[in-house]
Formats: sequence, structure tokens, C-alpha cells
Amino acid sequence: MKFQQYIEKHANQITLLTAILIVAGYLSKYALGSMPGYNVTLAIASVIAVIPIFIHAFQALKVKVISIELLVTIAVIGAFIIGEYNESAIVTFLFLFGGYLEKRTLSKTRESIKSLTEMAPTTALVVQDDGTTEEVDIDDVDEGDIVLVKTGASIPVDGKIVEGQGYTDESAVTGESKEIAKNVNDEVFSGTIVSDGFLKIEATKVGDDTTFAKIVELVEDAQDTKSHAEKFIDRFSTYYTPAVLILAIVVYLFSQDFKLAITVLVLGCPGALVIGAPVSNVAGIGNGAKRGILIKGGDAMDTFSKVDTFVFDKTGTLTKGNTAVSAVKSYTDDLNQTLALTAKVETLSDHPLGRAITAYAGHHQLEFNALPITDNTTTKGQGIAAVVDTKNVLVGNQKLMDANGIAMTEPQVADMKELQSTGSSVVLVAVDGQLQAILGVSDTIRPEIAEKLSELRKVGAKHLVMLTGDNAATANYVAQQVGIDEVHAELMPEDKVKFVKQFQKDGRRVAFVGDGINDSPSIATADIGIAMGSGTDVAIETSDVVLMQSSFDALVHAYGLAKNTVRNTKENIVIAVGVVAFLFIGLLLGFIYMASGMFVHEASILVVIFNAMRLIGYGKPADQIGEMAIEPAK
Amino acid sequence: MTQKVTLQLEDLTCPSCMTKIQSAVAGQAGVETTKVLFNASKVKATIDEDQTTAENLAKVIQDLGYDVLKVKTKEVEPA
Repeated sequence: MKFQQYIEKHANQITLLTAILIVAGYLSKYALGSMPGYNVTLAIASVIAVIPIFIHAFQALKVKVISIELLVTIAVIGAFIIGEYNESAIVTFLFLFGGYLEKRTLSKTRESIKSLTEMAPTTALVVQDDGTTEEVDIDDVDEGDIVLVKTGASIPVDGKIVEGQGYTDESAVTGESKEIAKNVNDEVFSGTIVSDGFLKIEATKVGDDTTFAKIVELVEDAQDTKSHAEKFIDRFSTYYTPAVLILAIVVYLFSQDFKLAITVLVLGCPGALVIGAPVSNVAGIGNGAKRGILIKGGDAMDTFSKVDTFVFDKTGTLTKGNTAVSAVKSYTDDLNQTLALTAKVETLSDHPLGRAITAYAGHHQLEFNALPITDNTTTKGQGIAAVVDTKNVLVGNQKLMDANGIAMTEPQVADMKELQSTGSSVVLVAVDGQLQAILGVSDTIRPEIAEKLSELRKVGAKHLVMLTGDNAATANYVAQQVGIDEVHAELMPEDKVKFVKQFQKDGRRVAFVGDGINDSPSIATADIGIAMGSGTDVAIETSDVVLMQSSFDALVHAYGLAKNTVRNTKENIVIAVGVVAFLFIGLLLGFIYMASGMFVHEASILVVIFNAMRLIGYGKPADQIGEMAIEPAK
Repeated sequence: MTQKVTLQLEDLTCPSCMTKIQSAVAGQAGVETTKVLFNASKVKATIDEDQTTAENLAKVIQDLGYDVLKVKTKEVEPA
């Protein structure tokens, strides 16, 4: 085994030595005119170069795998027997050299993911009981330990800041390169970099449990999760390689041409075919990972590229997700007093509308907290009636007003209708029997959505759907603003699943875009589930694509990336199959032999790798993807 | 006790290495699951501590001719 390891370690030197010997051999033939010198050097070159190939072939055979190396080894031995030393030397050299180039270029396609994994520090400065710090291996840091992170260092754990403040760059987790201010009690994530400041962090998650470690694990698994096409090729090549061996034997039996038979062995190597599809996926997944887009493997990539229908869950996806008071219609001389009373009543409720109103009052520095509430009743589906500061206050919808005999004038009704038509939820306020104010509360539509949705259509989306639990007026308004084709409102989570299933029955490929938490049933049902703006465990587990930041730029990029990656895979398969066909035609027509065949093979492997490398640079640079993001993932 | 083992290998470049490592590791007594990640050049396995050790798996892989750069183990609660 020592010998074998020595050979493995010195594969590059062996390749170089072979090259030198081949050159020396040709020099002795053409410069010195020495045929024996030529044959001997090339024979030595063949023997040296075949050793590592033979070792691989033998190991594979031990586990009952007929490998490409075996085909090459047999071919080389055959060439050696019939005295074609130049052929055997060049074939082995090309095979080794091709392997070397393959290693170099393959590592390029893996680079984006590697650079990601290397962002995690390997040691941490742990604060000891006596206040000193000690450098500890990352695996020995426990939850509850306090670690110290200085400017420029990356954070080794997930945790909470207990002392200090600073700015962190969370691009490792969100793909978005932006400085975020952090203070005591703020959460920080492993793998993110402290760009300025000095933090003491209490570890809440360490090692493989950190968000970052989970992302890395997901991406690493994803690269090796094969698409159907890849699985097919794998199955195919397990039969293909032995089949080539049999073909060579058959060729020999029929033609009695030994040289032709061993040439078949070399030409039949499935090189580019085996590497072509995986290499595209690795490059594509790597491209996404750099931008905070996690695509779970070749299968997800494949299905995602075929998606024609996008279903959005409105809440938090198309909107900013922060409801706020957007309009106030006043029918009183003292609006501030009315608002203060309303806010006080709403402190009784934790309804999002209520919170929006108290926030609005607080924002306008209205003093309402001190107002006394002496009596209150909440009517479900209507609102709240309360006695505040000795005034009878009603806060709720039209039903509540009707029930309490509050009359609305025609202009007031018109105001209310107008607010509703803009998608706002409407809150009516009456004080001592008089309608005094109408408040419009709405969720702000993300400003970039309309443009991004039309980009999504350009990439290939045919049908955009919104399924939401919100009321129809709001849903229709939002849909109209951003350019959605189909809207269904006032739905329960199980209704959404039904719609997704119906779309699938209609022959559509559905991607469901949600926050990954509330809509997991739909995400699981859809062909592709996309969790947006959250790197939570649930999101990572149930969805096929995770967008770490809540950005539509990332969605458009991911969709385009999937389409490009799949196209790239197909190109590679066509190249690989085309090369094999070309070689056999060349062989039949008599212009391809062993050495030239091997050359074409190795060249084709490099071509497919280079083709896949184009995917690494697809789209905008990583740091520009984040620009449209509204807020970082929580 | 069950243990989860992650072995970081030198860069794997040939897909057929995967099959080799997979069957060599899976063939060891006490190995419950094995997964070779080709692109990450990692081997993940769950083992029964009473029958084998992470070091033993590392040795098996070394003997096949692949350098093991790092060995990580983690105890798993019995299901």
C-alpha cells in the first residue's frame, strides 16, 4: 500500500516524466536516427505511466467495477505486446495529463462552494472564567461559551451579543453583502464577518448546528444529488464500459485485427459523458450558493427549469409584510384626540390592524397610554366598543357601526369605498355616536415587484398566480398593481394546496413561492417549493429552493440559472455523445487511431468542463443581487 | 452507541473512486450507512461504536490510496 500511495502522491511527476521520455524518444528517432533508443524510451514511458492507471483499474475491479482505467490498461498492454510503444506511451500520457487538467479545471467549478465552506473559522477565542481568552478548536466550543470576535475576524458560532457593538457582513448567510449594525442582544451568525467592532458573543448554536453549517451541508449534499439524467447516465455507464470491452473482443474475433480491437477500447471510453452532466450542476449550484440561493441538487434544478407557473403567497412575499396606516379621513375638529382614543382602544387588541394603529399614534407622538378605559367589549368580526376617558368609542368595521346605529353620510361611504378599492383594510372610528374618522391600513407593495415579475416572464414564466388569505379587494388591488394573472383570495392553507393540485392537473409545472413557514403544505405539494427570505430549518427542509434573502432579484436569478444549467447539461451530453460518434466514424474511415482517439477524448472532457465553467459567471455579480432586497432574512 | 462520522478526503476527481470508497467503507462490520460526497470530497457514515471506529474507516480509505485530511465524529442518540 505504501507503493500505491507513493504513486498517487507523485502522479504529476509521473506525468511529467512520461512527457520527457516521449520527447526524448522522438528526438532519438528523428535527431539521432536511433530506432532502438526510440523504442526503449517509449517502452519505459509506457510502463511508468501505466502504473497509476493500472492501480486504479485493479482497485475498481476489486469492488467489481469495470472502469475506464481498465479499458485503457488492457489497450496499453495490448499495444505493448504488438510493439506499438509510441501508441501506448502517448495514450497513457494523454490519459494522465487529461486527468491532471481535469482535476485543475474541476476544482474551478467547485471553487464557489469551497470558498463558502472556508468562510467558517476553525478556531475561536473563548473567554475563560478569569477573563483571559484562549484559542480553542471550533469543535470544542460549547453552547453557552462566550467567544470574542475582533474586527476582520469571522464569527465562529451562532449566538447573541452580550457585550460590545459593531458591524457585520452577513453575506455568507444571506448572499447579500451589506454592513449591518449589531448591538447587545442582537443575534449573529456563524460565518459572518465582523467588519468593524469588537463583540463578545454567547454561543447558542455551535458546530454542525449553526445556520451556516446547515447551509454548507445542504449545498454539499445538493451537488451530489443527481438529476434523472445523471442517474440515467450513471446506470448507462455501468453497462456501457463493460459493453465496450465486449465489443472489443467481438471486433477481434471477427476481424482478427488486434490493433483495431484495442483501438476500440480507447475510443469507447465514456469520459466526457460521465463528467458532463454533474459538472454543469456543480457549477450552477455553486453560482447560486454564492448569491444566497440554495438549489437542492440536480433534480430540483431540472424541475425548476421546467416550471411555467409561479404561485405567490401574498403576505410578506409581494408586500413588505409590515402593515401600516396609509390613509386617514377625518370628520372631526380634533383628529388627534380621536386618534389617541382609537389607539388606546387598540391596545386591547393584538390584531395586526390594531398594532398598525397604535404604532401610527406613537409615531405622531400622541399621548394615549394614560387614558383610562372603564369598560370594553370585543365583538368578533366587528371590532371593539369601549369607554375611554368617559367617551363612548367604537373602533371596527361597518358591521360594528350598523349594530350600534351609527349613520354614515354619503361622502363618508364614498371615502370608505375608495380606500377599500386601493386594497386597504378599513377601520371606522365613532366617538359618542358620531363617525369621526376612517383609517386605511395597508401593506406596502414592494416597489420593485412589478419589474421583477415581468423579468420572470421574460425568462420563461407563463402564468403568475396569487393565492392569499387576505380579502378579495386587497388581493385584487395588489395583483393589479404588480401584474399578476390570476388571483384567489380569502383562502385557508388547505385551499391553497387544492389550487396547486388543480394547476398540476391542468398540466402546469408549479413553483410555490412563500416564506417557508406558514405555507409548508403548499410548498411540499408544488413541483418546486421556494422558501423566500428565511434560512430556518423548516424552510430548508421542506423546500427545493431556498432564497436566503427576501429579494425578487434572487428569484429571477435562480429561475434563469436553473434554465441555463439544464441547457448547459444538455449541451455537454450532446458534445460527449457527438465525440464518441465522431471517433467511431473516424475509426471506420481510418483517420483515427489510439493516440489521436485518446487526444480527442481528453480534449472533449476539457471542453465540457470549460462549458460548465461558463455557469460560474452567469448573471449579475453576487454583490449586486442583494441591492433590491428590502430587509435581510431574520 | 451510534456515531456519526464525517471524513474529509483529498479532492476526489474520478467518479469511479466514489464507488470504490463507497463499497469498501460499507463492507466494514459495524457500518450502518455510508454516503460519499464526490464534489465535497467527503465520506459520511454512521457506525456502531462497539464494532468499529472512525480511525478504522480512515485507515480503510487510506489503504485505498486516498488521503484522509480530517476526521470528525459526533454521538447520535439512539433512535
